[in-house]
Amino acid sequence: MARDAATTTGPGAGDAIGRFAAGPVERRKALVERLVAWLLGSLTVLLVLPLIAILATLVAKAWPVLSWAFITQNPQTYMTAGGIWAPLIGTFYLVFISLAVAAPIGVLAGVYLNEYAGENWTTRLVTLAVVNLAGVPSIVHALFGVGAFVLFAGIGRSVLAASLTLAVMTLPVIITSTKEALAAVPQSFREACWNMGASRWQTIRTIVLPNATSGILTGVILQVSRAAGETAPILFTGAVFYVAVPDRGLASFFPYGLFDRCMALSYHLFTISTQVTGVSEALQYGTAVVLIGLVISVNLASISLRVYLRSRKRW
Amino acid sequence: MVTDSVDPHIAFRNVSVSYGRKVALDRVTLEIPRHEIFGIIGPANSGKTTLLKCINRTIDFAPLARVDGQVLVGGEDVYQMANVFELRRRIGMVFPLPVGLPLSVYDNVAYAPRMAGLTRRDELDALVETCLRHAALWDEVKDRMQLLGTRLSGGQQQRLTIARALSHRPEILCLDEFSIAVDPVTTMKIEDVLLDLKQQMTIVLVTNLVQQARRLADRVAFLNNATLIEVGPTEHVFSEHPAERLTFDYVRGHFG
Repeated sequence: MARDAATTTGPGAGDAIGRFAAGPVERRKALVERLVAWLLGSLTVLLVLPLIAILATLVAKAWPVLSWAFITQNPQTYMTAGGIWAPLIGTFYLVFISLAVAAPIGVLAGVYLNEYAGENWTTRLVTLAVVNLAGVPSIVHALFGVGAFVLFAGIGRSVLAASLTLAVMTLPVIITSTKEALAAVPQSFREACWNMGASRWQTIRTIVLPNATSGILTGVILQVSRAAGETAPILFTGAVFYVAVPDRGLASFFPYGLFDRCMALSYHLFTISTQVTGVSEALQYGTAVVLIGLVISVNLASISLRVYLRSRKRW
Repeated sequence: MVTDSVDPHIAFRNVSVSYGRKVALDRVTLEIPRHEIFGIIGPANSGKTTLLKCINRTIDFAPLARVDGQVLVGGEDVYQMANVFELRRRIGMVFPLPVGLPLSVYDNVAYAPRMAGLTRRDELDALVETCLRHAALWDEVKDRMQLLGTRLSGGQQQRLTIARALSHRPEILCLDEFSIAVDPVTTMKIEDVLLDLKQQMTIVLVTNLVQQARRLADRVAFLNNATLIEVGPTEHVFSEHPAERLTFDYVRGHFG
């Protein structure tokens, strides 16, 4: 009995250990694995540190002025006191109008390029143009806006001209993200529908678009933060140094007409930091905090929307 | 290429298809009689799927595809038909991999009728039930019609695809290697259904399994390298002396 037990467990078990023990190659692999993980991890931390540092500095320096009143009051005493209501509402105007123009055009163009346009030179040229347009610096968009909207179209420097300039700037990214969201819907869904006698448009309306919504919305919403943050495109096309607007009641929400010039957060930050003397540091940092807070909250909204829609993904 | 049929349901007259420089079908002429199961066999890339896509003109969606020659369905040239959507509704298509649309089981089957303008709930209900019964799926899904089609198992999704193909009351049913993603038991169920459906419609069965063609088909066509090698009654194609030596080699698994 004892001998039997020895023959079944003893040498067999020893073999197994010998076979699975780490040799020199495995030991080096494990070492490199640890090094790589450590390196990548620390680089990631390095990436997050500046963001935290920037936010902490901004909030610390802006602390004295941060309050609800700072948001709801207009700038006072040659911008050296008061809040940021006029530029904040101006930024809302610019973002809203520019997206109202850019989103429908961009999404429809993306649908055309991905669903209808054939694989030919025209399509490739258009796609190339869109990609390159996305890489054009914003100051060039600004000059285009001056030429096209302010001067040629005769709109003059106004909310409308600035919004249209922002719309031109955001269009390429909206088109591209729409195309990508649509391309992610499996081709087999389309073929199944076509085989049942559905037209291209019926297929897009019933199957493709509903399943691409999350990607399209994410692309559009991310452009909100871009439109809110850019200064150059509105600099010559509609942003203005100071406008006296009501800061109380319903009128305070509609202070600008389409053809008025407006204040905007990004431009306001630029002027009170470099153009006006005697502005307290806290006021400058406070403006920056509101601007960056706006951008971050829009991004968070976009991320949570995407997570929500992903959770309902149906294939 | 002699057929004894006077009134073929589908006819190919000298049909060539190319995708850019690649030739997918080379001057194919054949006739598919009504109310038969017509098997199409051949190795990969021999043009079987392209042939099916010509029948309902979904070849139009393939980039760069160029079709020459005539495809007739019920005696009419498919490229002369004013309403291509009506043509596609006359033909049910089932592809190798099951595609459950991201809709409920009910909406999957009701999709085509709705796109054709049918909205009455009672008619839709009846149609959905009939189609699911034909596809041998009714008993498994009748209590969960609101379940997403994409949540069904692979075999169930393939039967859902068949139910969908039947939902527009086609006169022709084309199946392209339907059994690839389906277990043997389900395959047998579906094969029984096909033999049953033959009374009501013409069935075109593309298959890699030569034995499946032998079991089901009344007539078999053998494609190789974009060319139609031979077509004839199943027992002849599978006999010791088919018209072509190549056919004999293929059905016995010597190549392909």
